[in-house]
Amino acid sequence: MPVEIPKDNWPGAVRTITLGATAAEGGSRRQVVTVGGAKSLPFLHFEAIHPYRPVIALEIRDRRPDDWSPLLIKTWQEVVDDPASWAQAGEKLGVDLIQLTLSLTKADGSSNTPANAVNVVKAVLAATGLPLLVFGPGQAEVDNELLVAVAEATKGERLVLGICEDKNYRTIVAAALANGHLVSARTPMDVNLAKQLNILIKDMGMPLDRILMDPTTGALGYGIEYGYSVMERLRLAALQGDTMTQFPMIVTPGFEAWKTKEAKVGEGVPAEWGDWEARAIHWESLTTIALLESGADIVVLRHPESIRRIQAAIQELMTQAEPA
Amino acid sequence: MALTGIQIYKLLPKTNCKDCGYPTCLAFAMKLAAKQEELSACPHVSEAARAELAESSAPPVRLITLKANGNEFKSGNETVLFRHEKTFVNKPGVFVRFSDDLSPAEIQANLAPAEAFQVNYVGISLALDGYAVASVTGNPEAFAGAVAAIRNLSHKPLILIARDPQVMAAGLRVVDGETPLIYAADQDNWQSMAELARQHQAPLAVRADSLEDLAGLTEKLVAAGVEDLVLDPGGRDLATSLSRCTQIRRLALKNFRPLGYPIIALPAEASTPEIEPLMAAQSVAKYGGFIVLSSFTPELLYPLLVLRQNIYTDPQKPIQVQPGLYEINDPGPESPVLVTTNFSITYFSVANEVEGSGIPAWLVVADAEGMSVLTAWAAGKFDAERIAKDVRSFGVAEKVTHKRIVLPGHVAVLSGELEEELPGWEIRVGPREAVDLPSFLKQAL
Repeated sequence: MPVEIPKDNWPGAVRTITLGATAAEGGSRRQVVTVGGAKSLPFLHFEAIHPYRPVIALEIRDRRPDDWSPLLIKTWQEVVDDPASWAQAGEKLGVDLIQLTLSLTKADGSSNTPANAVNVVKAVLAATGLPLLVFGPGQAEVDNELLVAVAEATKGERLVLGICEDKNYRTIVAAALANGHLVSARTPMDVNLAKQLNILIKDMGMPLDRILMDPTTGALGYGIEYGYSVMERLRLAALQGDTMTQFPMIVTPGFEAWKTKEAKVGEGVPAEWGDWEARAIHWESLTTIALLESGADIVVLRHPESIRRIQAAIQELMTQAEPA
Repeated sequence: MALTGIQIYKLLPKTNCKDCGYPTCLAFAMKLAAKQEELSACPHVSEAARAELAESSAPPVRLITLKANGNEFKSGNETVLFRHEKTFVNKPGVFVRFSDDLSPAEIQANLAPAEAFQVNYVGISLALDGYAVASVTGNPEAFAGAVAAIRNLSHKPLILIARDPQVMAAGLRVVDGETPLIYAADQDNWQSMAELARQHQAPLAVRADSLEDLAGLTEKLVAAGVEDLVLDPGGRDLATSLSRCTQIRRLALKNFRPLGYPIIALPAEASTPEIEPLMAAQSVAKYGGFIVLSSFTPELLYPLLVLRQNIYTDPQKPIQVQPGLYEINDPGPESPVLVTTNFSITYFSVANEVEGSGIPAWLVVADAEGMSVLTAWAAGKFDAERIAKDVRSFGVAEKVTHKRIVLPGHVAVLSGELEEELPGWEIRVGPREAVDLPSFLKQAL
């Protein structure tokens, strides 16, 4: 019997944003990465053409992380002591982006310095041709000190600098603005707070094609339903034409999943939880797929096996099996 | 979808006779639309209008129930496309598949751990909903034997998977009197399958590779007297499955009856073993009603069932615990005092860690309207004033001889204000994540 498929015809679309710049564009990246452009809810190919697939960023640190699960350290082995090799390992794995987080302290325990941050970022840029996202340690003063130096030393690279939050965004935005970079704007699981921060950043004069938004998500089992619904609502608002929600969404399921006990800890947990490493990879990859279904454009991951699975899933989700 | 007041009004006598107790038919129609009145209050409504109104009030996704030995599983009754619009209602069932080429002994060996699987998540016990038995041999006796082997060890509801009606009949005889799901009727076998579904009064899954064919089949089956149906729209890759499931839910919500049934998803038939868990997760988020997995793997089941719990949480009712002073590990007057919020996940994360550490402690669970620490803080529901008020009203000072309180690391910024609100108390900042509490309790306090 004939069935008329209901299709939504949305007036709005997600902004298209390009990360990184090649030599011709004033940077040094071998390739750039473009995200966004969605004109319908994720992966509904019968409704609209999805010009850009969601992309994967590998999260790396400027030095061996103190608080990561031993499973991650075991998997990456010695590259965790050298961000440049770590980035190369990620590139070899086929990730699209490298997300480098700067630490509060250096490996010897002394405070991190702008000079050190610049050296690390330059080493990573030299080691990989992928676009780079650089996040500070998450303390306003240190973030500003390190990121301003990084922004100036890498002028024109179209890095993504983060993390802008409502309490600390001005310095980071100004540094990005002056040096041709992008910013990531993070708000705690709330549609209106996300819009508000985007407006504040726009009002500083930041071009709209240089803003990513991070709505924060929570991990599976730890509030993911809030993040999931906020993302669905942000994406629906964007499609309905609300310009201050039309930014590609970046989410950090690697960070979220690997701080849960289920992923982080292998001893003293119930036997029903099953094999530790298998469970941890499921925790990260299931968190990620739920966020992709609700509109994520960039997912930042940690474990190579999760990355492989999400690569396969994105490829399958972007394959249009049936004509529109 | 329910009719609007105006649509209902058109079906009423429009005489404004007031016999229903309302001044006009329109006023009565509005009450009906708001579900504050019953149609029976109108003595003059026509039979045709009555039938049409009954039809429109039927749920857009039909409720399907599987039964076995007193165990029930329900799917359907969904009314929205997005959980934030209202809530998703009946969680999709998770079923593990067994093939009939396994010997009864092998089935029982594999079934035992699956049957025993039970995991605790924030005070909720999570387990499998049932099993699927698949005919791969094509042999009726082998199928019946496999069904019997499972039934000997488990009382959970079953999905019987066979294309040959003879094989299906043999399986159904083993579980006569129960209500399993029969999978599946297709273009070729639907008449015989319909006959079996009628005989056993069991719901019937319908399989086709396009929505047109699927809707055509369900119409024929309804005409043949089988009304409890479940849809398999084919598409074993993530993109096709997502598109078809979305289309079915949209159509059902538009009251397109031929597709107004729950969906069965088969991650067990995903393109690769790596995609299977991800397809299962997609089916949880996007409209699956029954989910069939290829094997029992606790390390997947746990996150999958947690995801299901999360997605099916009513967004209007955050899961919360009663605010109050909680005693963990039998604390005494010297034991530390910790503060957190009454969001259920937050509470259980903190309580489990403290309990696991073996260290006795008092836990002040502040009334943060069921929000997590960061969310409540951002929303102004977890500030120094709130915490101080709860510390006083819970009588914390009468329970301990010290005056020291530990704040969650995420709200370290509150410590100054809290010192002002609670004069004489020492405010310590604890870790940001619950998982780091045991080492904090051992080292810092």
